[in-house]
Amino acid sequence: MHIPDGFIDVKTAAATAAMSAAGVGLALARVRRDLPPRRVPLLGLSAAFVFAAQMLNFPVVGGTSGHLMGSALVAALLGPAAAMVVMTAVLIVQCFLFADGGVTALGANVFNMALLGTAGGYLAYALLSRWVRGPAGRVTAVAFAGWFSVVLASIGCAGQLAWSGTVSWLPAFTAMAGIHTLIGIGEGLISALVFAAVARTRPDLVGGSQSSQLSGSGWWLCGLVVALGLAIFVAPFACPWPDGLESVAARLGFEHAARQSGPGALAPDYALPGVDWPPGATALAGMLGVLMVFGLAWWLGRVLVPDTKSSAASSPPLS
Amino acid sequence: MIVNWLAHDHRRGDSPIHRLPAWSKLGVGLVLITGSVAVPPLWHGWFIGVGLVLGLVTVLSQLPLLFLLKRLLLLSPFVFGVALVNAFQPGAVMEWRFLVLRSFLCLLTVVLVSNTTPFSHVLRVLRAVRMPTLLITTLALMHRYLFVLVEEAGRMQRARASRSFVPNRSARWQTLATVASQLFVRASERAERIYDAMCARGWK
Repeated sequence: MHIPDGFIDVKTAAATAAMSAAGVGLALARVRRDLPPRRVPLLGLSAAFVFAAQMLNFPVVGGTSGHLMGSALVAALLGPAAAMVVMTAVLIVQCFLFADGGVTALGANVFNMALLGTAGGYLAYALLSRWVRGPAGRVTAVAFAGWFSVVLASIGCAGQLAWSGTVSWLPAFTAMAGIHTLIGIGEGLISALVFAAVARTRPDLVGGSQSSQLSGSGWWLCGLVVALGLAIFVAPFACPWPDGLESVAARLGFEHAARQSGPGALAPDYALPGVDWPPGATALAGMLGVLMVFGLAWWLGRVLVPDTKSSAASSPPLS
Repeated sequence: MIVNWLAHDHRRGDSPIHRLPAWSKLGVGLVLITGSVAVPPLWHGWFIGVGLVLGLVTVLSQLPLLFLLKRLLLLSPFVFGVALVNAFQPGAVMEWRFLVLRSFLCLLTVVLVSNTTPFSHVLRVLRAVRMPTLLITTLALMHRYLFVLVEEAGRMQRARASRSFVPNRSARWQTLATVASQLFVRASERAERIYDAMCARGWK
C-alpha cells in the first residue's frame, strides 16, 4: 500500500504532509507527556519489530502472499499515540533506506498507515474490547481492528490517488478496498494470533491498563484523525458523484449490477446521486462484510482463548 | 533470501558520490524528486536532464548495475498495478507511460541517494532541520536493531523448521504468529536492557 513518487500530485502531497506533520506532532507531544522514560527505547525496538514482522509473509488466496501492516497490533500493545510514532518511524526508514514508498508521498503514506490505520484500528479495538468482555473479547477486538485498519488505510490511499487525478475514484476504491478486504482478513488473523501468544507468554506486556482504556485525549486524537481523513479524502467523492464516474461505472458493469440487486432499482435515472445506485449496493455489501468479519473475529476469540478453568490444561504448545 | 539482500551493504563504499556531504545529496535528491512530480508532462527537457544527471551519478557511484536493477524491479509492483488501472481507464487524466517513467526516475533517485549515504549521516541532517528528538531517538534505535531483529526472526524460523516436519496450513499460521510474538517479547526485553545501558552511560 506504499504509494511511490509520481502518483500523488503537488496539492495532495502538500496537504497530506501538513496533516501528517500535525498529527505526528500531537502524538509525539502526548507520548512525551505520558510515556515513562523507561519505555522510550521500546519505541525504537517496536519499530524494528514491526519492520521485521512485515517480512514474514502469510499466504492469501490464489498463491499470492501478503504481509502484516501492524498498525492495529502495535496500537493494541502500546496504545495509540506510541503506535503512531512507531509506525511513522517504520515508514520513514522504509522510505529513505529501502525506497519503499515515495519521498513526496511520505506524508500520504504516514497519514494512511501511521495515523488513519492506527487511529481507526485503535478505536475499533477499544470499543469492541469494552463491548465483548474478558481476554477472549480482547482477542476478538484485535482481530477486527486489524481488518478494519487495513481497509481504512486502503480507502485513504484510494482517496488520495483520486484526489491527485491519477486514477478516478470508483476504480481506485473498488480495486483497493476489494483487495484489502481480503488482505485485511489475514492481517486480523495474524494480529489476533500474535496478540494472544504475547498475552500467553508475557501477560504483563499486554496487561498494561493504559493501553486498553481510552483516556479523554486518546478519544479525541483518534476520532479527529479518522473523521478528518474520511471528510477530506473520501467525502468529496462519496457525496456529489462527478459526472465522469457514471460513464466509468456503466462501462465497468456496476450500473447493471446495481439495477438488479440494490434498492436503487427503484430510481432508474440517477435523480438522487449518492443514494440510489452503487453507494446503496456498496453500503449493503459493506455492512454484510463487516458483520461477517466480526463473526469471524468473535469465533477466533473463542477458539484462541479457552475458558479460564481449562486454560492450563488445553493451551496449545509453543513451538 | 531477503535477509542476505538486506545485509548487502553498499553504503560504506568509497567513490566521489559517497564522499559528498549528506546534506548536499539529500538536497539535490529532494529537488530532483519534487521537480519531477511538480513539472507538467510536456516538459521533456526536465525529464531528459534528470535522466542524464542520474546516469552520471550511477556511473560515478560505482554501484553494481545488477544490484540497482534488482532494487528497482523489486519495488515496482504498486507502480505497475496503478499504471494498469490507469491504462484501461477511458479518458484517463494521465498517460500511464508517463506515470511509469516519472516514478522510475524518482525511485532511482532515492535508491542512489540511500545507497551512497550512511543512515547516521541522514539522521544528523534531520537533527539539523529540527526534527523532534524523540522521533530521531526512535529512528536511530530502530536502525540499530533492525538487522538484529530481522536476523533473529530468521534464526527462529530456521530453528522451527529444523525441529518439525513441513507444517500444514493451519499450523503455518500458528507458527508464524508464535515467531512474531516471540520477536516482540524479545524486542521488549532487549529494550529494557538497552534502557539500563543507556542510563549507565549517562543518558538523560
